[in-house]
Amino acid sequence: MSRRNQSTGAKAAPRAASRAQSLKRIAARLPVHLTLIGLMILWSIPTIALLIGSFREPTAISASGWWNAVTDAFQGTFNLTINNYKEVLQARRMWQSFLNSLFITIPSTFLVILVAAFAAYAFAWMKFPGRNILFLVVVALLVVPLQMTLIPVLRLYVEVTPNVNLPSVELPVLGGTIGGGKIFGVNSFVGLWVAHVAYGLPFAIFLLRSFFGALPKELFESAYLDGASDLRVFFRIVLPLSGPVIAALVIFQFLFVWQDLLVALVLLGDPDLAPMMLTINSLVSSFGSDFQLLTAAAFISMIVPLFIFFALQRYFVQGILAGSVKG
Amino acid sequence: MLGRRWWVPWLWLAPTLILLGVFLIYPALNTLVTSFLDRDSSNGIFDLVDDPSSFVGLDNYQFIVENPQPLRSDTHSALLNTLLWMVLFTSVTVGLGLFVAVLATRVRYESIAKSTIFIPMAISFVALAVIWRFMYVFDPDIGTVNAITTGVGLDPTAWLQDTGSPQMVLTDAGPDDLPKPFQINNFALITVGVWNWTGFTMIILSAGLKGISTEVLEAARVDGAGEFQIFRRIILPILAPTIVVVTTTLIILSLKTFDLIFVMTGGRFKTDVVATQFFKEAFVNGEFGIGAALAVVLMLFVVPIMVLTIRRFQVQEEIR
Repeated sequence: MSRRNQSTGAKAAPRAASRAQSLKRIAARLPVHLTLIGLMILWSIPTIALLIGSFREPTAISASGWWNAVTDAFQGTFNLTINNYKEVLQARRMWQSFLNSLFITIPSTFLVILVAAFAAYAFAWMKFPGRNILFLVVVALLVVPLQMTLIPVLRLYVEVTPNVNLPSVELPVLGGTIGGGKIFGVNSFVGLWVAHVAYGLPFAIFLLRSFFGALPKELFESAYLDGASDLRVFFRIVLPLSGPVIAALVIFQFLFVWQDLLVALVLLGDPDLAPMMLTINSLVSSFGSDFQLLTAAAFISMIVPLFIFFALQRYFVQGILAGSVKG
Repeated sequence: MLGRRWWVPWLWLAPTLILLGVFLIYPALNTLVTSFLDRDSSNGIFDLVDDPSSFVGLDNYQFIVENPQPLRSDTHSALLNTLLWMVLFTSVTVGLGLFVAVLATRVRYESIAKSTIFIPMAISFVALAVIWRFMYVFDPDIGTVNAITTGVGLDPTAWLQDTGSPQMVLTDAGPDDLPKPFQINNFALITVGVWNWTGFTMIILSAGLKGISTEVLEAARVDGAGEFQIFRRIILPILAPTIVVVTTTLIILSLKTFDLIFVMTGGRFKTDVVATQFFKEAFVNGEFGIGAALAVVLMLFVVPIMVLTIRRFQVQEEIR
């Protein structure tokens, strides 16, 4: 700015005017920045408290507030430790349960979106008797408490569990195995996938149908007139145009399955198949109320979901893809 | 596709119908049957077949309406709390999510702002309970919230236990000037819910915002439209369907609020909602009939939402 103002003569006046204007614009934007940054700080406080707590001694956590660790640090005394993380990571089966979590979450997420997208396409762009009623049923199912369904599902799973095992593959360098357990039913990854897909379907169908239905009709009409099949329209038009909403669904479905404790608790009894949340939970309950372990475990279990979020974030940040979809 | 065969839609729906039928529709119908049976009927339909005398008619619903044991399970308080969650949690979370989704597009640090708001979503419920119980600790030397309130000269509050009305935080006013659900601890719990779920509404609304082309916005700015005008006349109408979807989802989420209350207060201090009370009745008290009836009541809450949803889709189809 100041360097520009050194220019002389006739150009100076409009420069000054534009400078006043840009100052005015900054002033007009100030409330936006203040509220947004204020919200960001407010939102971060609990997470920061959790993060700092995860590096403190168990005795320190219940003796003083997390900010004491910060003020101590400014005075030059670091009373922090990485023991909480060590203890969680060294727990038996933690690596194996991390692999299990991935092996449970990735297929469930992929499958729920595929199955729901098929259904949402039919609900949005096909005409058939009973369509509205059926869709109402899907919406109503959103509110069914998961706990209520687990007793009937468990009873059914016990009946249909075959005595056949899913092959398991040893990971060469990292150690641990992928797979194992029964091929379906109780103590089976496939059984858990199917359950998670079913529980995720109502929300996924509801969200996708809303977005699919808002796509412009002309797109479909011209494609159908050109003789395109439903499958072609679905894979070439509908899915590519739904990038942002599918990205949002991937994040949520991933989170729901990754953080699930209840379904895994009921359907997986074998500790070798347990996902991270289950292992962390039993670690904490076997140690009593060791909340410092929980805080460390919370951050370890956050890594993968946050990675997914950052990987997909471009779908939510304005200006990169905007304009490609005209709603 | 033109001249689609009649069975084609059913082929597209087949996997969904099978999965929903086994995992959700059958259990839901079973719950409906159980809600007319006596307390030990954990097997629903099978109990009725084995022993027809387990049928008790509307007794379980009568229990919910008449609230005969408010000390053991206060059904009225649970219903009112559910309503409070439905209205307050939904409106604040959707409002804030919209606010952040729209405001963040105006600044250079958009992705940092959105990540900050999203992070609470990635924290598991158990960890969430740990951190917020510490946030709300009564001792201002440990609890962050009371450290702040005492810092500005107020008395510390037992945020999760206090059933008084919120103005008691600010003044020494007498207890319960406001009717039931407006309790300090309900507001404290809803705050946690809002903190947890705003990232969710923000993301879906951001996905909707991506449909608005930047050229339209630029053109409006060049024509001299103010930012508020752009929001009201361009962004809001285009985003309206997404806002409806998000609001519907949040209302349903608020009805299902379970984990948060269960881990924070366990439903004590009159913070139970219908979903937590259902769980306690069915799986703690062994009252399967009453538990099922509560679950059915929860489903009845959605009926108005279903009607609105169908109306909206019919409108969507007419304007195509």
